[in-house]
Amino acid sequence: MVTIVVRLLRIVSLLAVAVIMSGCRMVVLDPPGDVAAQQGELIVYATVLMMIVILPVMALTVFFAWRYRESNTDATYDPDWDHSISLEIVVWSVPLAIIICLAGLTWVATHRLNPYDPLRRLSAEEPIDPTVEPMVVQVVAMDWKWLFLYPEYGVATVNEAAAIVDRPIEFRLTSTTVMNSFYVPALAGQIYAMAGMQTELNAVMNAPGVYDGFSANYSGAGFSQMRFKFHALDDGGFQDWVDSVASETRPLDRAAFVALDKPSVNHPIIRFDSIEEGLWDRILNMCVGEDEICLNDMQMVDALGGGGVAGLYNRELFRGICSADDPRALFVMLRPSLKERSEEIIAAVSLLPPQDVTQSASPRPDLR
Amino acid sequence: MANPSTLYPTAGAPEAHPIFGKLTWEVVPLYDPVIFTTLIGTVVLGTTLVAAITYYRLWGYLWREWITTIDHKKIGIMYMILAIVMLVRGFADAILMRTHQALASAGHGGYLDAHHYDQVFTAHGVIMIFFVAMPFVTGFMNYIMPLQIGARDVAFPFLNNFSFWLTVSGAILIMMSLFVGEFATTGWLAYPPLSGLEFSPGVGMDYFLWSLNIAGIGTTLSGINLIVTLVKMRAPGMTWMKMPVFCWTTLCTNVLIVATFPVLTATLALLTADRYIGTHFFTSEMGGNPMMYVNLIWIWGHPEVYILTLPVFGIFSEVVPTFTGKRLFGYTSMVYATCVIMILSYIVWLHHFFTMGAGANVNAFFGITTMVISIPTGAKLFNWLFTMYKGRIRYEVPMLWVIGFMLTFVIGGMTGVLLAVPPADYVLHNSLFLVAHFHNVIIGGVVFGIFAGINYWFPKAFGFRLDPFWGKVSFWGWIIGFYLAFMPLYVLGLMGVTRRLSQFEDTVYAGYFITAAVGSAFVAIGIVAFFIQIFVSIRNREELRDTTGDPWDGRTLEWSTSSPPPYYNFAFTPRVYELDAWTHMKQCGYRRKTDDYTPIHMPRYTATGAVLSGLMTVMGFAFVWHIWWLVVLSFLATVVYGIAHTFNYDRDYHIPADEVREVETARTSVLARAAE
Repeated sequence: MVTIVVRLLRIVSLLAVAVIMSGCRMVVLDPPGDVAAQQGELIVYATVLMMIVILPVMALTVFFAWRYRESNTDATYDPDWDHSISLEIVVWSVPLAIIICLAGLTWVATHRLNPYDPLRRLSAEEPIDPTVEPMVVQVVAMDWKWLFLYPEYGVATVNEAAAIVDRPIEFRLTSTTVMNSFYVPALAGQIYAMAGMQTELNAVMNAPGVYDGFSANYSGAGFSQMRFKFHALDDGGFQDWVDSVASETRPLDRAAFVALDKPSVNHPIIRFDSIEEGLWDRILNMCVGEDEICLNDMQMVDALGGGGVAGLYNRELFRGICSADDPRALFVMLRPSLKERSEEIIAAVSLLPPQDVTQSASPRPDLR
Repeated sequence: MANPSTLYPTAGAPEAHPIFGKLTWEVVPLYDPVIFTTLIGTVVLGTTLVAAITYYRLWGYLWREWITTIDHKKIGIMYMILAIVMLVRGFADAILMRTHQALASAGHGGYLDAHHYDQVFTAHGVIMIFFVAMPFVTGFMNYIMPLQIGARDVAFPFLNNFSFWLTVSGAILIMMSLFVGEFATTGWLAYPPLSGLEFSPGVGMDYFLWSLNIAGIGTTLSGINLIVTLVKMRAPGMTWMKMPVFCWTTLCTNVLIVATFPVLTATLALLTADRYIGTHFFTSEMGGNPMMYVNLIWIWGHPEVYILTLPVFGIFSEVVPTFTGKRLFGYTSMVYATCVIMILSYIVWLHHFFTMGAGANVNAFFGITTMVISIPTGAKLFNWLFTMYKGRIRYEVPMLWVIGFMLTFVIGGMTGVLLAVPPADYVLHNSLFLVAHFHNVIIGGVVFGIFAGINYWFPKAFGFRLDPFWGKVSFWGWIIGFYLAFMPLYVLGLMGVTRRLSQFEDTVYAGYFITAAVGSAFVAIGIVAFFIQIFVSIRNREELRDTTGDPWDGRTLEWSTSSPPPYYNFAFTPRVYELDAWTHMKQCGYRRKTDDYTPIHMPRYTATGAVLSGLMTVMGFAFVWHIWWLVVLSFLATVVYGIAHTFNYDRDYHIPADEVREVETARTSVLARAAE
């Protein structure tokens, strides 16, 4: 029995080693992008730190299990020994010490690698150039494909992304469907893309190449095919890529977006040479379609006291107006009787800092 | 927004029929060869079972002795049987996934379409957590804890029976979804908006909700019951700090259950409202917020992890001292470690979604609280380690599981702390590394502990030990299978492979997935060996017979009574002076009292629990299929029957002293024969 098991174990471990050796490289531990590289390094540091406790525990387990086996009558047997202050101090303080170190590391690393913050460096060797603006890429997760908008270049693509090597990228993400997670393992850690919300991710790619990107959060039937290639190109290469995208004559307007938004699996790469003005705001506010009320409109209505039955009437009034851009127009329509106090009220309900609104010391007005 | 359900048509009629709801003949997926074969198998097996029970005239016996029982021991055993049956179902799902992924990664496409594959991994997760791990640990707590504290039953025996049948009700609904309709395709925690009506219009998600709503109520009730039992029913002299560690872990577990299962129930109720009455708690539109669901579900979900692991930590704390023949090292710190884990487990939930865009302060806070849990957990491991130190370790099967656990669990603990570092989680979240991690702690911790417990307490429950040879085969099958199945997943996670994929772009991962599939075959050997072990042990029960009631030289009170214990557990309530009460009694030359028996007050069996749960199963089914008249009818019947039960005053009886004497005298003669 034992020999069979040992033989089996040997075969199995040989097989496992062979498989691991033959495999490709572990992109998470050795990625070309600086953010992912720092995250990968952190895994290695944390693992080494924990090995300080793990390895002795495993070794002691095996040693005690062997040493104090029943048949070994040479070993001491002390059935009433159940307490030792010094050992207790060790078993609590050693893990505590490790965790204190790890907690410090975590605190610093979490703040340093916060995906919302601008990058602090291009790579371990290269500092950031404060004059270079990050390239903004707007990302939309759809059923089951990715749409990328490049507002700086006025082009958009489906299931294909590109960026310039060593230029910081600022991703802004949302979804028209369920929760997805945007993940290019070679570039940086993932972040969720959620409907009606915008998340952000700052990253930089340090080596040219073609890398895998995909959704890392299960999103339904076409999830497995929700993949794209991420092209890291040099300046010239990227310009060529933009030119080739712009050479197509296919505008991304509201109608094209609505058509694209229909569920599809394994969607082919498509390129758009222009983006309709204000489309991103509409995507974020889930009102690209003709008959959809924008989230920010609805929030404005709610902030102004809600609609009730009047809401049905108001909906007609708002149609076509993206109110967050022009709250005053909406206010005038909604609450004409409070016209004199409108600036004050808009300032009070707005999350934006007051710009041309006259500062008022009066308390928050009663909206009823 | 467009409706993605057009891709895979959902089961049932789109509009509810006044009599049949959404039920049609097409809801039985006969077109699917995998399900069809399973259906045939189940029908054959079920018919055979029913025929056998009828042939041997066992229906009356089953009804009188098991279905209506409120004996905590029988309920405990039934929980275990439920868990074992559901383990087979959940493992069948695992085999499907492993073989499918192995084929798909090797470029053969696999044999499950996305719709079926998505149901399989959802069902696997839900079943393994709610209907395998939970019934296992609840079964142990039910069976062992009252015996360890010297009680005759739990505080609310009827409630115990009701809790069990509610759990069965949930399991029945989930099993029904396999053949009638479909199951959810949302992943086991069913994040909205995917689980909302817009993206999951089918009945699968409704099966999920009603199954868990009903079973969750059962779990909450059982939690209340066991807390009260521990607080009010300990034997005289058993102060808190003389309670066995398993009882401590049971207490902390049930505090967690009572504090978190209502959160689960409320969360699922809100989602149910979204799906049934058009509210917008968790939709993307109309002011709903799906992130709120994710927070709420993990406020239940993370403590749930400890609801599963704490009881098995208790099992290890019983097994190690027994088989090392030594007092548990650091009892006090073990107790405090358990309580600290209980409290900390409430304040870590956000680590399940660092990548949802929380700020650095929030992420760092929850990352660090998560790491802090590893301190008391580490202390526990050291305590088991130093219990072995200067011991005399007998390598019976339960102790093998303990060693396997200690070596395996530390790896899972380490990867868990790794995932708690937010920037590391950004690259490992939702990857196969994560899948490997939680299987590492759930299999390496919970499952190993359950098998240690089964092998340890089986002789107590049935009066004979389990066959050690097949126990060892089962152990090696599981442990080799575990490492083969999940170590490749760690590597795949580091290669950037995410979870829940049914198709793969290229074949570089094939070697790893095939190795994992081979691993699942080894686990299958472990499971089959476990069944053979039971079978062989029943056949050889005379050789394996435990006449003393104390086959392992145990240390706690459950070993002081006979195996199996009489229905009243203890003829005389024991008096406790020391921790490890039974060891202390043996050391002091305890002699069984064999006269002056008094009548024993016992609760009477009742069918109410089974009937109410049956009605609630019907109600759940009617809700799933929108059969409104049946919903109303079964709901009213439940309420009326429940009220009627309160007028049943014939709830208890006294076992006459003569009957006690008869049982105890029989045991005296067995003990005398054994001593010869």
